[in-house]
Amino acid sequence: MKHFLEGSFAVAEIVKLCKPGVISAYPITPQTHIVEELAQMVADGELDSQFVNVESEHSAASVVLGAVATGVRAYTATSSQGLLYMGEVLFNIAGLRLPVILTCANRAVSAPINIWNDHQDSVSMRDTGWIQLFAEDNQEVVDLHLMAYKLGEDKSMMLPVMVCMDGFILTHGIETVDIPTQEQVDKFLPPYSPLYKLDPANPLTLGPLVDPDAYMETRYAIQETLKDALKLIPQITADFAKIFGRHYNGLIEEYKLKDAERVIVAMGSVCGTIKDVVDELRAKGKKVGLLKITSYRPFPEQEIYEALKNVSKVGVLDRALSLGSYAPLAGEMKAVFFGKKKKPQIISSFVAGLGGRDITKNSIKEIFRLLTTKEKACEFIDLKPELLKEKYE
Amino acid sequence: MKDIRIHARAGQGAITTAALLGYAYFLKGMYPYAFPHFGAARMGAPMNAFVRVDAVPVRLRSQVYEPDYVIIVDATLMRGFNCFAGLKEKGVALINAKDGEIEKPRIKASQKVFVVPASDIALKTIGRPLGNTALLGAFAAATEEIDLNTILDAINKRFVGKYQEANIQAAKQGYEFIKNIKR
Amino acid sequence: MFGPLVVKPGSSRKNKTGSWRTELTPKFLKKNCTGCKLCMSVCPEGCIIEGSEKNQLACDYEYCKGCGACAVVCPKGDIIMVKESKEEAK
Repeated sequence: MKHFLEGSFAVAEIVKLCKPGVISAYPITPQTHIVEELAQMVADGELDSQFVNVESEHSAASVVLGAVATGVRAYTATSSQGLLYMGEVLFNIAGLRLPVILTCANRAVSAPINIWNDHQDSVSMRDTGWIQLFAEDNQEVVDLHLMAYKLGEDKSMMLPVMVCMDGFILTHGIETVDIPTQEQVDKFLPPYSPLYKLDPANPLTLGPLVDPDAYMETRYAIQETLKDALKLIPQITADFAKIFGRHYNGLIEEYKLKDAERVIVAMGSVCGTIKDVVDELRAKGKKVGLLKITSYRPFPEQEIYEALKNVSKVGVLDRALSLGSYAPLAGEMKAVFFGKKKKPQIISSFVAGLGGRDITKNSIKEIFRLLTTKEKACEFIDLKPELLKEKYE
Repeated sequence: MKDIRIHARAGQGAITTAALLGYAYFLKGMYPYAFPHFGAARMGAPMNAFVRVDAVPVRLRSQVYEPDYVIIVDATLMRGFNCFAGLKEKGVALINAKDGEIEKPRIKASQKVFVVPASDIALKTIGRPLGNTALLGAFAAATEEIDLNTILDAINKRFVGKYQEANIQAAKQGYEFIKNIKR
Repeated sequence: MFGPLVVKPGSSRKNKTGSWRTELTPKFLKKNCTGCKLCMSVCPEGCIIEGSEKNQLACDYEYCKGCGACAVVCPKGDIIMVKESKEEAK
């Protein structure tokens, strides 16, 4: 049924329908509304789940790790510093192959402190072994959570999934969202049945010391499993479409790419703004397009190659940095085409929207304007040079 | 596509206003996107809330720079900000103030400004100077974008008990105030 | 695909730590032992197992690492560390 819902409440609604046995989280802007609402649902008896209050994100992540290890479905959410503080445990969760589902309300990282949106938090956690899915709008946010449980808990996967939604823009944005019924959700998502679990009746040790004789194999297994995820995700989106009628590719989305000469590659809510600009420029006869990346981890290299091999100019929009090197997404896009025969003439890198700097239609038009034969490396859009004249002497 | 920009201070209910207005559009079968932008994250700090609405789902995620309509919940904000920046050629602005209390802004002849004593209406109806629902009633009358009943439906959904009735009265009085000016 | 992440109970039995002993090995004299079992409680391998009455306690040399903790805690000095090569402990 269609509702006019704040993004955070929409997440709480879909998480409720997925019936996690344990929820643990520590509040942080802009994630707070999600877990406030879930805590309320538990308190009101609407959701039969144990809500574990903790003193930090490190503990929240540890609680959901423990919960899933005992064979219970679990949920947590965080943002920014909170995600970084979870970092150590995030590696453990993936390393132990526990399908925790986490919502990251994407926010910039301190210092300087900033509560607004960019992708630095989750992008900084890209090497943890978690699957990372980025949503464009709140309907996709809802649908990705549902698919995240099905994907992570698949017996061939057993991997955690992070659903990334832009802080404020989506978390605090109120829009029309179709929330499925419990029957539909139950039809799509079976109860969690783990391959192994901590159980006093059948004792086992999870996460013992693994010496050089066997550690590499545990890492190789995750690397290979994430490759398999690239095949499983489209199957899950197809199953999803059958029940809910909404179609996603799950890995990438091609928007007006067929004859496109200039294409922007981006993740998250900014893709909506880019689509509007693409339509405007198309109306003026400009051959432009968008490649949206939904699955940042695993990185759908082959799909990206097929989508862009005939495009001459590609601009990669990053909302995060890998300070001192290429912007994260841009570097990976270049790697996709290295050594290939068919490839774009140029792959330019643009950085925009850090710490909540508004990305307007003009920002996107500027990127298209700068997509010429001259390749740009880490070009900051909407930068204010006058602020760089500070002198501390 | 229509863009609405609300100017207020954090704590004055601008997000609720945007949510109510968005909900009214939703009830009409349209696709609104209501969202806030906070400055300093504390009470009293100037902030904006926006509603962008279209007949198809809204994809544009930037803030509103060229509004069709502006709602100023706190007229003291006009001292420090150009609340009318980017207002469209045929734009309409609503200001919560008593007539004569503020200097009417200089705007283009094609644009319209309505001054509504929304805080006074709210004090009489709700008992607190929260003029949001009175402004929404005024918005319905001033813009004719949406009818009063849809606004009242949205209020009915959002509030319960005595505040439901009080806010409905506030919206009706805001609506009547503008209708009387227009007559 | 999975690597080795889970260990079932019983793995300590498979791993015979007796080979860790260097030159010293505990010798249970079985003369003044009161059966207090302090040695049992400090043994890191839990390999002091034989008997439970006084003068019956002994360790399993397949697992004993030769750490000497039992000899240190014995209140009666009834466990001593001896050179393995000279004294055939078994």
